Amino acid sequence: MSRAGLGLAALAAVPLGFLVVFFAWPVGAILRLGFVDGGVLDALTEGETWRLAWFTVAQAAGSTLIAVVAGLPVAFLLARVRLPGVAVVRTLVLVPFVLPTVVVGLAFRALWTDGGWMSIVLANAFFNVAVVGRTVAGLWALLDTRAEDAARALGASRWRAFRSVTLPALMPAITSAAAVVFLFCATSFGVVLILGGARYRTLETEIYLRTENLLDLTGAAALSLVQIAAVLAALLLGAAARRRRESALRLRSRRETARRPVGGEWAVIGGAVVVLGLLLTPIVALLVRSVSTEDGWSLAGYRALSSTGNDGTLQVSGWEAAMNSLRTATDATVLAMIIGVSASVLLVALRRAPGRLARGVGESMDAALMLPLGVSAVTVGFGYLITLDALPGDLRTSPLLVPLAQALVVIPLVIRTVLPVVRSIDDRLRQAAATLGANPLRVWREIDVPLTLRAVVAAAGFGYVVALGEFGATSFLARPQTPTLPVAIASLIARPGQLNNQMAYAACALLMLVTAAAVIVIDRLASGRVGEF
Amino acid sequence: MRFRTGVLIGMVAALTAGCTLAGNDTDDAASTVTLVTHDSFAAPQQVLDAFQQQTGITVNVVKKGDAGALTNALVLTKADPIGDAAFGVDSTFASRALAEGVFAPYTSPEADRGPQRYAVDSEHRLSAVDLGDVCVNIDTTWFAERGIPEPATYDDLVKPEYKDLLVVENPATSSPGLAFLLGTVARYGEQNWQGYWTQLRNNGVRTAAGWEEAYSQDFSGSSGKGPRPIVVSYASSPAAEIGDDGKPRTKALLDTCYRQVEYAGVLAGSPNADKAQKVIDFLLSQQFQVTVPENMYVYPARAGVALPASWTAAAPLPPNPASLPAETVQAGRERWIEQWRSLLGQ
Repeated sequence: MSRAGLGLAALAAVPLGFLVVFFAWPVGAILRLGFVDGGVLDALTEGETWRLAWFTVAQAAGSTLIAVVAGLPVAFLLARVRLPGVAVVRTLVLVPFVLPTVVVGLAFRALWTDGGWMSIVLANAFFNVAVVGRTVAGLWALLDTRAEDAARALGASRWRAFRSVTLPALMPAITSAAAVVFLFCATSFGVVLILGGARYRTLETEIYLRTENLLDLTGAAALSLVQIAAVLAALLLGAAARRRRESALRLRSRRETARRPVGGEWAVIGGAVVVLGLLLTPIVALLVRSVSTEDGWSLAGYRALSSTGNDGTLQVSGWEAAMNSLRTATDATVLAMIIGVSASVLLVALRRAPGRLARGVGESMDAALMLPLGVSAVTVGFGYLITLDALPGDLRTSPLLVPLAQALVVIPLVIRTVLPVVRSIDDRLRQAAATLGANPLRVWREIDVPLTLRAVVAAAGFGYVVALGEFGATSFLARPQTPTLPVAIASLIARPGQLNNQMAYAACALLMLVTAAAVIVIDRLASGRVGEF
Repeated sequence: MRFRTGVLIGMVAALTAGCTLAGNDTDDAASTVTLVTHDSFAAPQQVLDAFQQQTGITVNVVKKGDAGALTNALVLTKADPIGDAAFGVDSTFASRALAEGVFAPYTSPEADRGPQRYAVDSEHRLSAVDLGDVCVNIDTTWFAERGIPEPATYDDLVKPEYKDLLVVENPATSSPGLAFLLGTVARYGEQNWQGYWTQLRNNGVRTAAGWEEAYSQDFSGSSGKGPRPIVVSYASSPAAEIGDDGKPRTKALLDTCYRQVEYAGVLAGSPNADKAQKVIDFLLSQQFQVTVPENMYVYPARAGVALPASWTAAAPLPPNPASLPAETVQAGRERWIEQWRSLLGQ
């Protein structure tokens, strides 16, 4: 094997090893149990299974469409507009992303009783506008405006120039974001459970029900197979869309491309403002809820954050839970970045490698790395229980499991944020640098790092925020001595009594605050670094 | 520039300091008992610390979802248990755990203080720790303001004057929902419960996925001030809804209660069985039992444990709750849930 080949293999070992041990093996073991019991094929031929699959795909497609339509004006605002307040918007759009699903479910039901399936679609979109807005803005801000300017100079209208020049260039980021959002929505659990009552069910809620409550592993395995197949199909479609659209782009700093909007662009800004208003409604409702009691306004919920709740509902105070969240999210992000960035570099290398085999391997790996988003958290959680005892040191009851499981959720997001940018780097830049005498390390430092750093930091920030808000796997794995904020909120809201309730909503406000602070720090670092090249 | 470097260094420092990946458990495995339990487990730290001082045993608590998820986790890991003892398998799921051989026999010396009243098997593999009654709760103010008489029984709930007033939890996704369903099976029998639920459906019953939505969103008697004055909750819930005047604003209907008993046991195959037995003794001790009402909103299984003052007024233990034999529940549970789902069109 050549040296480059060896390097690639070494690079591949990290993400693949992680994925095999902490994903493929546990999930495979649970599916195998289902097959051992038999009857998987029978479950696959039931009409009910296909009704569930249809509703799952339909609601996820609806949510994805809404998130993309709502996210694009926001992306434009973040990427191209120099107006006061844009930095605030950048932070604000991420807040919905971390809110615990049970709380958002309650907020949506308070705002819109009996919303039915529409409220599921809207709530899923609510969570994911940030994914579209920030992922697309990440690439958009770096696009060279000169091609668009040239089109304008040749007489194209602003809209025409956008459609024929900018939009195709943005397409990889849009399809990437849409794929992630689709996966998030197809597997969203808490929202569907709460807003769908018992009436609207998806594959995910049904897998949860059959695994966790009924111990019907056969049925759960059958539904998991359908879900995995649907996810793979979505991923392959997304990959096909990306393949046709992708090309190396000229990338520029946002400082050069952002400016005051003109003409019809104000309408787009207006659209973004409407979206922000809609995103803020449930957030404001939660804040109002945190300070209102039967007898008027009160800060009792906030004061209670330094306690363990009414009658000691929690084992630690609200503040300690916040610290736990910061700590586990840090671990998860570090893990996910190591794995996600090495996977992105590997995928690009495989894509550029000569020969169809390498490219085929690259594409299968790309899909495989996204699969964790498409598999139910309960399946993974129960999978850990029956496999990880084979590893030294019983990981099954270890506090390490929480960051490991969170990293699994974050890795696909890191890859989808970093990969489009790594791919867009024109290889000729590297060749030019090499021709001018730079060694590979220097090429990497002078070309790759400056151009991708913003995306890498954005991915880290994004991942951090996802890990902060992750609830499904965390609630299954977190230890009571070290609950994260979302887990603490869920415990508080599961007890009667006004004070517990208020404290839960105050903890939500704290979670929003922590998120905003984390995002501000990360954005500051990112914009500072990128401005230097 | 220097500022940025400073921030960067600060971040790196915070990362390494906060890294749980770098840390490891310093607990001495020999003196640690891992107690696997459900999400509702709560015990004051000072009581756990006191136990640690008395016996040298540190209790490492691991939570695994609700009672159903806990039971299933124990069943899936019975060949290599994830802990030494388990608490929180309730009477709804006890038969599954016993049939799968999850627990080892152990009769605690503390068990003759009452817990064996709720014994589920002759081998004493499970000891009762606490009991909770799932009952219909009503918002008394709502009924008083409208001059409508309060409902009292299952039969009342299907009367026209209570149309569109009741909210229940889905038995497939919620344990109080399942208990209420079992209560109606106990009351009307396996032949007729579906007829009763058809009447409930026709009388506009609303279903929620879980207790949180039903109680804090739909129920008018909680701080959420929802639209419906009748909800399925616990006999102990009114104790949490006492107003400034010291009077409870909600009430549990004591003729609509279904009893759930929560058990603890030593896990079969635990290498630490003798110490795990000490933990079972601890869960049944006066010291722990007295913390049970205010921490977990359930009644202690031990006889003669004083209840908090607010409970004696607002949340008395129902005198004659319904319950079904474990084998009946084990045999019927999945089928009834399935029938319930098709009956309610869900």
